[in-house]
Amino acid sequence: MSQATTTDRSVPNTYASGLLGKRVPWYVLGAALVISAVSFLLIGQAGDEASFNIVGVVLLTAVLYMAGIFVTSLLIEGRRKATDRLVTALVGTAFTIALLPLISLIFTVLTNGTARFDLEFFTYSMRSIVGAGGGIVHALVGTLLMTLTAAIISVPVGLLAAIYLVEYGRGNIARAITFFVDVMTGIPSIVAGLFAYSVFAIFFGPGIKLGIAGAIALSVIMIPIVVRSCEDMLKLVPNELREASYALGVPKWLTITKVVLPTSIAGIMTGVTLAIARVVGETAPLLIAAGFTNNLNYNLFDGRMQSLPVMVYSQYVSQGTDPQAYIDRAWAGALTLILIVMALNLVARLIAKYFAPKTGR
Amino acid sequence: MTTPATTPRIKAKQRLGDRIFSSTALTAGTLILAVLAAVAAFLLVESVPALTEDPEEIDILAGQPFWAYVAPLVFGTIWSAALALLMAVPVSIGIALFISHYAPRKLAAGLGYIIDLLAAVPSVVFGLWGANVLAPAVQPFYSWLTENLGWIPLFAPPASGTGRTILTAAIVLAVMVLPIITALTREVFLQTPVLHEEAALALGATRWEMIRTAVLPFGRPGIISASMLGLGRALGETMAVAMVLSASGGITFALLTSSNPGTIAANIALRFPEAFGLNTNLLIATGLILFAITLVVNMIARWIIGRRKEFSGAN
Amino acid sequence: MNITRNAKRWGSLAAIAIAGSVVLSSCAANEPNADNTDSESTLSGTLVGGGASSQQTAQEAWVAAFQDMHPEVTVEYDPTGSGTGRDNFIAGANWFTGSDRAFDNEELAEDNFAGCVPGTPIIEIPAYISPIAIIFNLEGVDTLNLDAATIARIFKGEITQWNDEAIASQNPDVELPATPITAVHRSDESGTTENFADYLAAAAPEVWTAEVSGDWAWEGGEAAQGTSGVVDTVSGGEGTIGYADASRAGDLGTVAVKVGEEYVDYSAEAAAAIVDASPMVEGREDVDLAIELDRTSTAEGVYPIVLVSYLIACSEYEDAERAELVKPYLEYVISDEGQAVAAEAAGIAPISVDLYERAQAAVEQIS
Repeated sequence: MSQATTTDRSVPNTYASGLLGKRVPWYVLGAALVISAVSFLLIGQAGDEASFNIVGVVLLTAVLYMAGIFVTSLLIEGRRKATDRLVTALVGTAFTIALLPLISLIFTVLTNGTARFDLEFFTYSMRSIVGAGGGIVHALVGTLLMTLTAAIISVPVGLLAAIYLVEYGRGNIARAITFFVDVMTGIPSIVAGLFAYSVFAIFFGPGIKLGIAGAIALSVIMIPIVVRSCEDMLKLVPNELREASYALGVPKWLTITKVVLPTSIAGIMTGVTLAIARVVGETAPLLIAAGFTNNLNYNLFDGRMQSLPVMVYSQYVSQGTDPQAYIDRAWAGALTLILIVMALNLVARLIAKYFAPKTGR
Repeated sequence: MTTPATTPRIKAKQRLGDRIFSSTALTAGTLILAVLAAVAAFLLVESVPALTEDPEEIDILAGQPFWAYVAPLVFGTIWSAALALLMAVPVSIGIALFISHYAPRKLAAGLGYIIDLLAAVPSVVFGLWGANVLAPAVQPFYSWLTENLGWIPLFAPPASGTGRTILTAAIVLAVMVLPIITALTREVFLQTPVLHEEAALALGATRWEMIRTAVLPFGRPGIISASMLGLGRALGETMAVAMVLSASGGITFALLTSSNPGTIAANIALRFPEAFGLNTNLLIATGLILFAITLVVNMIARWIIGRRKEFSGAN
Repeated sequence: MNITRNAKRWGSLAAIAIAGSVVLSSCAANEPNADNTDSESTLSGTLVGGGASSQQTAQEAWVAAFQDMHPEVTVEYDPTGSGTGRDNFIAGANWFTGSDRAFDNEELAEDNFAGCVPGTPIIEIPAYISPIAIIFNLEGVDTLNLDAATIARIFKGEITQWNDEAIASQNPDVELPATPITAVHRSDESGTTENFADYLAAAAPEVWTAEVSGDWAWEGGEAAQGTSGVVDTVSGGEGTIGYADASRAGDLGTVAVKVGEEYVDYSAEAAAAIVDASPMVEGREDVDLAIELDRTSTAEGVYPIVLVSYLIACSEYEDAERAELVKPYLEYVISDEGQAVAAEAAGIAPISVDLYERAQAAVEQIS
């Protein structure tokens, strides 16, 4: 990007040179849109590609707009303003670019996922299903059991660790824990899966796949997330509350359980919900640690356990003679998964909003 | 961020409840360190056989020595993640600036949530989307690039017939790390001292000049560490790459051909379900290497953040 | 404390509510029910098997039909892969296993199958015969004649144009375009790749010099995940060629492979014929139907690119209960009906009458 030198003397006077009217950028944008749409229509008619390429239109519009607004502004407002407008256009484009995959993704999942989003899909497992039909009950049960178990393991550990870091931790141990918790958030999920598999393989022989192994893999991913969010929430509790409690002669542990935790409980629950939302979509660790199956399995300690993301994956990868049935199930599963994750995110936000502490800050 | 939430050091009476509670908390804290150590230890134990046994015994290696097998995977892992980062970082900075300094205040939170939605999409769904929607969509563009710009080594022909190249995988990765980098840089940009910004504006700077002179210098360490975290995430991403990338081995920088290097994580996911015996150990050994790489990347990122914290604490 | 308690109770209530609603709805309509006993079958219990994932779809079909006949029986087929399946069978964890290869003489000589009575033979039946089609997508061309060496060179990337002399000379009647060839192979480890490579290594040893394994041996070419990935990639591109389970070939062009002096298009009969045309492994018991697949057979009407997968069981179980379940299951699998069910679901080639009779005699021995 060309540097706008602040000492540029080519503009005689900013006041005299005038500014672009408020509507001018919109006119330029409209012109860019029309030009790119028309040119794409022309290409579409001339070439073999009959489809009207929306992404192409958006990108071309962005490029044309940037060029247009830069030149217009350069002529009327001068170099510095022109650069400013160019950057504004660039920043807006960046945001639009990020929206494109999101919109495309949601559109695709919705159009493909609704084909099998029916009652049978939520009341059947895949046991004894050949070809079309079948459902995801076994995968939902597996996901629920493994995620809940992971939460049961990681929430106490994570919360207590956060309490240690905020209320007790000093010195090297605390610093080491903070550092490695941060590092742990970056562990690839597949490594967590390999870890859980290794643990069980060493004790029960190779090839073992268990629901509990999947849960342990998930909790390895979940613990650092819980620690981080709980830590942040506990830090938000004003020190005055603690001091008031101490002044009344309340022991420290009672202060924590009766004052600090209740004050921050909404934030903690939000954090935990978000952590659950994060692990519920994990595929790789469960593929390795818990395997896949077509049957309903309620027992974490015996046999393979299906989960929703793994089911989406395996339906996509191993299709039978009627591939469309498998693909439809994969997309419908993906839709369910997205809905679950978004619902969890929504719940987290609602908790944060309605259960927020009413302390004066 | 205000850290000093600790209580003043007054000698309080030690109660039994206090002692139990504090030691439980300490145990939980150290448990985390133990888990991390256990991850490393178990992976190490399980991967030793793959390194010590005769490579001939391991089917997957097909007679190659261990490192010859791993090298293209390590290359592919780093190469795809680097490409993803190259695309994601500028866009993320743009989005973060848009949300923090350009969008109307009332919209900003909502826009941030929309970007966060991207982070909520599970990686299998990204995989499905990348393989079925993105790859066919970009394929004509790839053909055009190889035909017209084929003299650039990166765009060397022949173009893949399906579009499932390392560039497509990198685009999917970029979309996936985008929300992570955006969220962090946005936070940093919002922390820019308002006085600095106002001072710049008062001196007659345009908005861009204000950002260039006040916001970006302040946010640089934040951008770097956010990028490193995004890199760590891209390095370890598994399912999306496994479903999108056409990996047929070999080290090559060509972006648009159908033979691309694989990545460690995707390779594990593709081979593990069928692996047995020493093959499993071999895959775990590659996982250990991935663990080491991400560990180093994350440590560097955290180190940068930590340094900045001390720096800004003095502010 | 009250707030904490309330919040915790609130949280656990929510969790229980969610769990409850799912569990309630999860008495999945197709899972077994206790009151569903209107069948005449007296069999009950859980039959544990596992092994080759190539058999998964067929096993699912067999399991589904078998469970319909015997509602009290649950059959678990765990697609762990052949290697793990065999290990688990040796360890006695699998009552039967599906495997992409038979046990070799060394493994049999050790004779330490934990689930079987020592000294009794192992039953191995090649009951899963799946033809592998070489599929291609080339406008205006439905079928091509190719010999093994040409196929090998195409997949190695040595032949890069469809109008190459090597292809054209074998297909004088076909007008071949100058389209570049994109050879598609599996990116995951698979029995399909292994058998395809095994055929090329046997029939064109001078070209296909790589070691045969489930992993693709050469660099280059397009890689796609799973059978569906290969089929999608081939049908999505132009000038593409790949190999996949024949049942998934659909509208794509298929290659007729040169056997002896003839070009044989794939068909279920031709694929089953290769098993009959192949000699038995020497020195095996009567119940052990392991064959030495003869990829270079020149017998008439034989299609040599097949994936043959075995069902392996003990002839005499330590635990008689196991025999009671394994025997009817295997009987069903090799029966006309069982083979037809799997042919429909997984596109296998039903075994020949001759093989069926020998297999039937072997399964009779299970006790």
